[in-house]
Amino acid sequence: MQLTLHLNGIPICEEIAPDTLLLDFLRAHGCKSVKRGCETSNCGLCTVFLDGRPILSCSFLAARADGHAVTTLEGLQEEAKEFTAFIADQGAEQCGFCNPGFVMNALALFRENSDPDETEIKEYLAGNLCRCSGYEGQLRGIKNFLEWKKRGGAS
Amino acid sequence: MKTVNQPVQKKDAMQLLGGQPVYVNDLAPEECLIVKLLRSPHPNALIAEIDTEAAQRAAGIEAVYTWKDVPQDGVRFTLAGQTWPEPSPQDRLLLDRHVRFVGDPVAIVAGRNERCVDRALRMIKVKYEVLDAVLDFRTAKDHPVLVHPEENWEALCDVGADNKRNLCARDADQKGDVDAVLATCDVVLERAYHTKACQQTMMEPFGAFCSIDTYGRLHIVSSTQIVFHCRRIVAKALGIPKSKIRVEKPRIGGGFGAKQTAVMEIYPAFVTWKTKKTSKLIFSRKECMTASSPRHEMEMQVRIGAMKNGHIRAIDLYTLSNTGAYGEHGPTTVGLSAHKSISLYGKLDAFRFESDVVYTNRMSAGAYRGYGATQGIYAVETAVNELAEQLGMDPIRLREQNIVREGDTMMAYYGEPNTSCALDRCIARVKEMIGWDEKYPCRDMGNGKVRGVGIGLAMQGSGISGVDVGSAALKVNDEGFYTLRIGAADMGTGCDTILAQIAAEVLECSVDEVTVFGADTDASPYDSGSYASSTTFVTGKAVEYAATELREKICALGARMLGCEAQAVSFDGERVLCELDGRSVSRAEIASASQCGNTIALESSYTHSCPTSPPPFMAGAAEVEVDLETGETQVIQYVAAVDCGTPVNPNLARVQAEGGILQGIGMTLTENITYNQDGKVLENSLMQYKIPTRQDIGHIRVEFESSYEKLGPFGAKSIGEVVINTPLPAVTAAIHNACGVWFRELPITPEKIVLGQMEKRKIST
Repeated sequence: MQLTLHLNGIPICEEIAPDTLLLDFLRAHGCKSVKRGCETSNCGLCTVFLDGRPILSCSFLAARADGHAVTTLEGLQEEAKEFTAFIADQGAEQCGFCNPGFVMNALALFRENSDPDETEIKEYLAGNLCRCSGYEGQLRGIKNFLEWKKRGGAS
Repeated sequence: MKTVNQPVQKKDAMQLLGGQPVYVNDLAPEECLIVKLLRSPHPNALIAEIDTEAAQRAAGIEAVYTWKDVPQDGVRFTLAGQTWPEPSPQDRLLLDRHVRFVGDPVAIVAGRNERCVDRALRMIKVKYEVLDAVLDFRTAKDHPVLVHPEENWEALCDVGADNKRNLCARDADQKGDVDAVLATCDVVLERAYHTKACQQTMMEPFGAFCSIDTYGRLHIVSSTQIVFHCRRIVAKALGIPKSKIRVEKPRIGGGFGAKQTAVMEIYPAFVTWKTKKTSKLIFSRKECMTASSPRHEMEMQVRIGAMKNGHIRAIDLYTLSNTGAYGEHGPTTVGLSAHKSISLYGKLDAFRFESDVVYTNRMSAGAYRGYGATQGIYAVETAVNELAEQLGMDPIRLREQNIVREGDTMMAYYGEPNTSCALDRCIARVKEMIGWDEKYPCRDMGNGKVRGVGIGLAMQGSGISGVDVGSAALKVNDEGFYTLRIGAADMGTGCDTILAQIAAEVLECSVDEVTVFGADTDASPYDSGSYASSTTFVTGKAVEYAATELREKICALGARMLGCEAQAVSFDGERVLCELDGRSVSRAEIASASQCGNTIALESSYTHSCPTSPPPFMAGAAEVEVDLETGETQVIQYVAAVDCGTPVNPNLARVQAEGGILQGIGMTLTENITYNQDGKVLENSLMQYKIPTRQDIGHIRVEFESSYEKLGPFGAKSIGEVVINTPLPAVTAAIHNACGVWFRELPITPEKIVLGQMEKRKIST
């Protein structure tokens, strides 16, 4: 079947097998930030945006993205960097494998809610598993980032 | 210190956070054979017939291999990655006619893409001769059914292994007369504790890709902690010389010991060696959960004897360990259940440790952070908490009275001296951090919920005494920047950065001026690999020595340029200065000179091994809220004080501790492994196997109470493993203090808490 979509702003139109998962389609198009950590929509590593909203691409047929705009971390490098520096300051990236999905969902949170409290942060990101960090360093990084944003983003 | 003990950003942090393609599956060529495995549905069976004809003829299929392609009377091997001679019995074949657990490989299929390989897997017809299976590890020893009846099974080391008794290992160790001491104790407590075969659950699944290089050699790129051991294992499995193999690791998406076993490299290696084509195998999460290398399930019988005044005089421990179908890490994990638990107590008159490690028809176990110490510490520390209750003593007071101190000889820890220890300070700190005196033992919150607190201590090692080898090679490049080559594996822990910090400290430069390369068997200096909490302590010391030696070479070349004696110059990291006349040359000038008409190599290489393994220590305390009606349990806060010697990078040490603590909490509360009656693991996905989410934990707070270990680089000991151990006893005790029941099998699920309450009420009425 034919699939037409925008990937990180670039139009793509091509033939795909109807059962192609969005995750595999994206990785085949060079978006290697999209990771597969499970096959059961539990880990959040494959999070990408569909029309700006986070979805799990491992459980999403590429066909469903037809006519939509898909964004991966490759397409959000500048927006991400501002935030991720705060995670790096904690050393909370650790092995890094869960980072892209976590960063995508965190950016989605910040877009929806510019001043989330701790409960809202934990709730929004509950589906993003991390086995290295114990989440505490990620939380410190998020809080520091939000604090910095509140102060107007100056260093 | 300028760079050591500083919270430097991890060198790869921004690349990882930006989602750059740095892992095995990102780097594998687009054009490569996809390798998958057909797995046994039976826990114990012989392959009576296997028909692969249709699969082999299927479109896109390159090759199908079965036991018929592997000499069944050949030399067996183990997948465990430890120093040779490997203590784990040599009990595997690449493909075996005898399959020994649900998930044991039956056939390897390689083809053009996943779709055709999946199809071909379904086309293979297998007739099994199903055999009786050994499923209960308590009945495995001397069971009439043998997991390894074969004649070519082999144990290279004297570990008490005997395949005709289902024994992977058997050991005994003691000091003093335990029975006599226990007979004179006021209180003797005897308990049994049971832990499960928990999964490391690193986020990146096992994976590797293989190709044939320019020289006709097999090039393996794998997510492994052990490049050198992996080369040896693959060579033995394929029956080819080690010189024909190169193993390289890119970034690793977490290991926690899982990747100290070469779980899957042999399969794509075999395909590529046979076909001479590039191939790749990436495990599914289901394979990671059902056919990998989890923790050894253990049952521990503890007898502990004390006087009424609280003096703990004897500990007697028997550990039964379940290695599953194969013996990876079986003989070596079990000892830690005693060495690293009993040794926390320094006033013992006697101890005894006996162990059996048995084969069963379960998934093979392997190395998981803590490596037996986690299980043993859960048992012994819980027994000490139970003892405190029996003595009517505060468990912290009981520990203050009995713990091992700096300067003690640790008789259950290979007789090594305790050269650096701040365990007393760790306990005092944790007591304060959690507000022990106000909260112990519990507080009724008035809404059906009760909050209890509990404590646990832990120790681990820093590398394996007299065994682990760490090496570092350093060189000066143009403009004077340095390259550090290592064979240790950064699996997210940050060792690339930590080792660069150590080099930068000695060389008096910034961390950015030290680039790090590793690990690659062709290019890295030999290193045992990153396991056993060895990298900071053992490899770190090698880096310190290598950097010190390189300073001398820089000075030698600088002195030659300045025309003076090497003894007459000094180096401040930037310039070599002639002390006699004040003339100097910069590091960049020396670097340039080293590349023109030079005969002094600006390179140094150092190999280090330490005869002892100074333990890091830790105290941890949990505050847990238990809903008495539903059994729901939440860790409100977990506090810990860690003595890892000097934390080389306090940020990374802290995150190691926080992450390890949450893994320990997961093991205590939610991470379960159960089997159905056919021997299948039920928790085969992240849907069933519950690792903690960020909503499952209140807060974790970690502080450092550092001792100074003279044998380590700048006073450092290890951090990676010790941090997983305290939550098991601390959370168990906190739950007891909240609801009045001791739970002696993990995980402590809400169901068990409710049933425990009902049982308690029954007894009291």
